[in-house]
Amino acid sequence: MARTAVSGRLAWRVARLAGFRDETPTARTLVFDLPGWPGHLAGQHVDVRLTAADGYRAQRSYSLAAPADGDRVELTVQRVADGEVSEHLAGRYAIGDPVEIRGPIGGWFAWRPADPAPVLLVAGGSGIVPLMAMIRARRAAGVRTPFKLIYSLRTPAELYYADELRTPVAGVDVTYVYTRELPDGRSGIPRRIDVATLNTAGWPAEFGASCFVCGPTGFVETVADILVALGHDPHRIRTERFGPSRD
Amino acid sequence: MGVVTPGFHGRARSGNPRLPPGQYLAEDFPVLSAGPTPRVRTETWEFTVTTETGDKHTWNWAELMALPSEKPTVDIHCVTQWSKLDTRWRGVSIDTLVGGLGTEADYVMVHAYGGYTTNLPLADLLDGQAWIAYEYGGKPLTPEHGGPARLLVPHLYFWKSAKWVRGLELKSRDEPGFWENAGYHDYGDPWREQRYQGD
Repeated sequence: MARTAVSGRLAWRVARLAGFRDETPTARTLVFDLPGWPGHLAGQHVDVRLTAADGYRAQRSYSLAAPADGDRVELTVQRVADGEVSEHLAGRYAIGDPVEIRGPIGGWFAWRPADPAPVLLVAGGSGIVPLMAMIRARRAAGVRTPFKLIYSLRTPAELYYADELRTPVAGVDVTYVYTRELPDGRSGIPRRIDVATLNTAGWPAEFGASCFVCGPTGFVETVADILVALGHDPHRIRTERFGPSRD
Repeated sequence: MGVVTPGFHGRARSGNPRLPPGQYLAEDFPVLSAGPTPRVRTETWEFTVTTETGDKHTWNWAELMALPSEKPTVDIHCVTQWSKLDTRWRGVSIDTLVGGLGTEADYVMVHAYGGYTTNLPLADLLDGQAWIAYEYGGKPLTPEHGGPARLLVPHLYFWKSAKWVRGLELKSRDEPGFWENAGYHDYGDPWREQRYQGD
């Protein structure tokens, strides 16, 4: 069957930490050597499995932070309170240590460089990770598809990929929305993303943009509802939610 | 046992026998959907069962409310690894909706408002195993959790419990739904960890 040819069995592979970069005091990008990796689309995720010496296992899903690059894959892990996996991966986990990874998983929340439609990316907090993979995939593919990124975060200190995002790229417009604390020198007051933000920093609905929204549940619900209200085709709004629901 | 990650100990083992392998307990109720939340009004809501011979049986909201309801308390398991125990629902048993149709179909494609689909064997919806649920925790089901009504099939991974359900298509052949087409398992038994195709 054709489907089997597309995905087949998702095997666990042994990955070893090859390097890391701290994005914020609580978030770390991990670069893995992952021999035999079949490649992936920007936006897809993987399952990571950790096994303790007594056989205890814990498994979590993480978005891939960068496009496929041979046997190298990158994840950005946000340390969460009482998170047994994230605390280890963003903490004691050291160069050369093994974990198991399988994937890629998910083909819906994914951007394909051959798609010429303009792209709107809307990130809430660590929801930037799969969207950054799309920005990087655009660059890696050498295409000029126009991108707009709206990145909502609480404070400037929580910005991921700061140097890369601050380097201007033709065709990639970045708008920041700070909800609690503004950067030095920026006028205005902290605020949440709203209709005005999406109307002015996004694409007009008639452009038929592909919209990717990733963040905490309440954030994604709000943004997706506004995009629908602004006239965007619901089928072109792809969402990835994480974290607790608001109520 | 697999590859040991040095220094990883994990949290204190709960050893909860109600947790399937690879799952952890969630105290809240996370939301997972592929797109915007459809706003479906009960005034226009309809639920249609289509048999393999093309017969259609449709209920509107008032007709659904008039059917006998049940109040299952069940454990639910999401493929993204959270489980939630003792969730309280109210809804109409699928036996009540499909029982009298005289179908010989083996499979069902579930259709939802917004375009979502998922496939499963008909046998897994019968004999008190599945409901069209419209209350959660004693309150009307909210849109982000699938309201006004969702399918509830607690013994399978929760993506099978389609939110915003609008109909069941009874079929002689199994065909993949939305996530199943994207590599997720056709059946999705959490106790056998059938997350992805080939598991």
